[in-house]
Amino acid sequence: MSSPMTPGIAVARLPADALAENFTDLHAPFAPHEAAVAADRCYFCHDAPCVTACPTDIDIPLFIRQISTGTAEAAAKTIFDQNILGGMCARVCPTEDLCEQACVRELAEGKPVEIGRLQRFATDTLMAKQRHPYDRAPETGKKVAVVGAGPAGLACAHRLAMYGHDVTIYDAEAKAGGLNEFGIAAYKSTDDFAAREVDWLLGIGGITIKTGMGLGKELKMDDLVGCFPAVFLGVGLGGVNALHSDGEDKNGVDDAVDFIKELRQASDLTTFPVGRDVVVIGGGMTAVDAAVQSKLLGAQNVTIAYRRGRDAMSASRYEQDLAASKGVRLMFNAQPVAIHGNGAVREIELEYTSDDGNGLKGTGETIRLAADQVFKAIGQTLTTDGGLVLEGRKIAVTGAGRTSRDGVWAGGDCASGGDDLTVTAVAEGRDAAMDIHATLMGSN
Amino acid sequence: MADLTTDFLGIKSPNPFWLASAPPTDKEYNVRRAFEAGWGGVVWKTLGSEGPPVVNVNGPRYGAIYGADRRLLGLNNIELITDRPLEVNLEEITRVKADYPDRAMIVSIMVPCEEQAWKDILPRVAATGADGIELNFGCPHGMSERGMGAAVGQVPEYIEMVTRWCKQYYDKPVIVKLTPNITDVRKPAAAAMRGGADAVSLINTINSITSVNLDTMSPEPSIDGKGSHGGYCGPAVKPIAMSMVSEIARHPDTHGLPISGIGGITTWRDAAEFISLGCGNVQVCTAAMTYGFKIVEEMKSGLSQWMDEKGYTSVEEVVGRAVPNVTDWQYLNLNYVAKAKINQDDCIKCGRCYAACEDTSHQAIAMSEDRTFTVIDEECVACNLCVDVCPVEDCITMEAMEPGEVDPRTGKVVEKEYANWTTHPNNPGAVAAE
Repeated sequence: MSSPMTPGIAVARLPADALAENFTDLHAPFAPHEAAVAADRCYFCHDAPCVTACPTDIDIPLFIRQISTGTAEAAAKTIFDQNILGGMCARVCPTEDLCEQACVRELAEGKPVEIGRLQRFATDTLMAKQRHPYDRAPETGKKVAVVGAGPAGLACAHRLAMYGHDVTIYDAEAKAGGLNEFGIAAYKSTDDFAAREVDWLLGIGGITIKTGMGLGKELKMDDLVGCFPAVFLGVGLGGVNALHSDGEDKNGVDDAVDFIKELRQASDLTTFPVGRDVVVIGGGMTAVDAAVQSKLLGAQNVTIAYRRGRDAMSASRYEQDLAASKGVRLMFNAQPVAIHGNGAVREIELEYTSDDGNGLKGTGETIRLAADQVFKAIGQTLTTDGGLVLEGRKIAVTGAGRTSRDGVWAGGDCASGGDDLTVTAVAEGRDAAMDIHATLMGSN
Repeated sequence: MADLTTDFLGIKSPNPFWLASAPPTDKEYNVRRAFEAGWGGVVWKTLGSEGPPVVNVNGPRYGAIYGADRRLLGLNNIELITDRPLEVNLEEITRVKADYPDRAMIVSIMVPCEEQAWKDILPRVAATGADGIELNFGCPHGMSERGMGAAVGQVPEYIEMVTRWCKQYYDKPVIVKLTPNITDVRKPAAAAMRGGADAVSLINTINSITSVNLDTMSPEPSIDGKGSHGGYCGPAVKPIAMSMVSEIARHPDTHGLPISGIGGITTWRDAAEFISLGCGNVQVCTAAMTYGFKIVEEMKSGLSQWMDEKGYTSVEEVVGRAVPNVTDWQYLNLNYVAKAKINQDDCIKCGRCYAACEDTSHQAIAMSEDRTFTVIDEECVACNLCVDVCPVEDCITMEAMEPGEVDPRTGKVVEKEYANWTTHPNNPGAVAAE
């Protein structure tokens, strides 16, 4: 067995029980008593700021009151009415930047009502009953294609199925779920939750999933538009930005999203390799997820190198502190200039940066960090645009996800506007579904 | 440190905090623990007549209602008087009093409304060395079905009669404990006074059903699927108790009658309020049953600190201080005009004041886009609801307008002079102001 000190990229740096402990739920679910105590703290605000802060507009005070009065199932229904992936959002939402930041008790005491964990309590309670809480409207005979079985696509498909439409979801992967399944740190979605949630969601009926069908590959845009009166694209961002640094092709230089994806699918963490000295380049959630999980796998030294200052980091302060608490070093104002090593990476060379208000510039001063594994987490890109008009580097949409082409809607990370968050994707998928429904039924 | 020593009816105790006649004072073990914890006195749990003791149910005796975080706000109980033999209780009372001569020891009694029954028990109680007796005319459940407890307390003539017997056959102070399950508490209080009572204590518990089990459709506490009303106590009854205390304290017929205050006293502040309304001391039960005997430490330290801050050197000085300010509605100053004021620095923007005012009151709070809440003086009637629902203490205050200012709601100048309903032009029965 190896240890955190073992050089290079190695498996089993930690014993199995330590790995199991490291990858349990980041936030343990509330027991009923804890939920009752937490729910009692809600003030039931008027026109509550937490609701305003929620991209899916969940009626948070109402669902918390429902928990406190012993009806967690009704609370879950309140959540699912707005956000059918409320279970996953309860786990992965950056609540510290959204509802909990807006909570008046955050303002009053610096201790918000624990909305995320309460949401999980409610949704887990209902989902444990293995009963899908919604009925489909009578079948309309209308067919809709949804491309991408991630949060946006699933939310869109569910709402359409509820209206009675016949939905086919296509996904390039072998498994549905999108970033819920492949793109989130393992400790945020334990016990195969993403897959269980998809199964539960499909309980509505009227949804067929076809995997291994990628847009621009097995699927052609024109064929889809020809076969379906409405098409929703929720294809996400499949590409990864390059560093454009010397030595980027060396062994041990990997995409963070691949590391996260493989880790999520790994059945045995004791056979999952990680470097001794890991450097993650980037400043977002992907960087944090990769860095923290490297540390949890037993890497000796893990550094996140971000080219700008702390304030510019898109990972929240909460996520930064989480990384730091796990022993990840956060390095700011350092950009990669070269990766050194003979075949495999041995060192990464970073240049310090500064920003005097006229853009970020290298100072010319560099530092080398030992690195036997480097993860690139500097953003993802759209890999397929389906011939649609773009806005910046995303599919341009107006209103509820309408693209430049009639009969084609888009939402989630691939579409313009909104933050690249699970909860935002759900909102966009849901809203597009409502617009699609109105269009198909001729009321638009 | 303010002196907390009290002299109630000549009964001295190191502080005004007595434990009420109730489960915590049912036996020697508990009472010794109470005295060790620092309680000033106890009223021993009610004794019945010689003979086979009463029996209690063998299922739940208590029901509760809760506030946030399962904080117990109200407790109800269906326990009867002591279910231990009279002789055992008397022996224990004797021993404890001998060991704690500086603490008040009052014995609560409930025997049938027959002179002989009282004549029999009173000498035996006197022999214990206890400092006085309290007549339980309040217990609202079980015993009242047998013609005792509240069944006596609801008939002033019985109160007077029994009190007179007690004064005749017992030579130490007699306190009459009153039931709140009546319409006008002044009547039984006056009856006790006529019978020669040295004091009244109030309130006993209130008829109540705390909850219904929606699965079994049985009231709680449920005994094999059935429930009976119990006696309600705890913080929830404090306002009812204080109103009743104040009525006795301010009525000319009963003014000056010593009162031992009971009803939801949980903190030093509650105690100070009861004392200010005319109570010479207070009795506590539910708070002790909820938190244990140790709470008396906070009660003593808090009362003492407050008295020091106010410059009171004895409890006696506080007794009845608020009584002159308890009046009838018709004498309230209608020329007093206040407006709510929201302190923006303290506001946490929950909007509860807005919801309450907009939905259920006078539409006198404005809400801006950025959730700034401000009072609309033109609409505000100073009802205080916003203050009451605000989660932040003192964030919203009621500010009195100065005489000479114009009330933007009525357009009238705020008058300096006091004027009440009795002289108001809208009052058909108004008398001209002199």
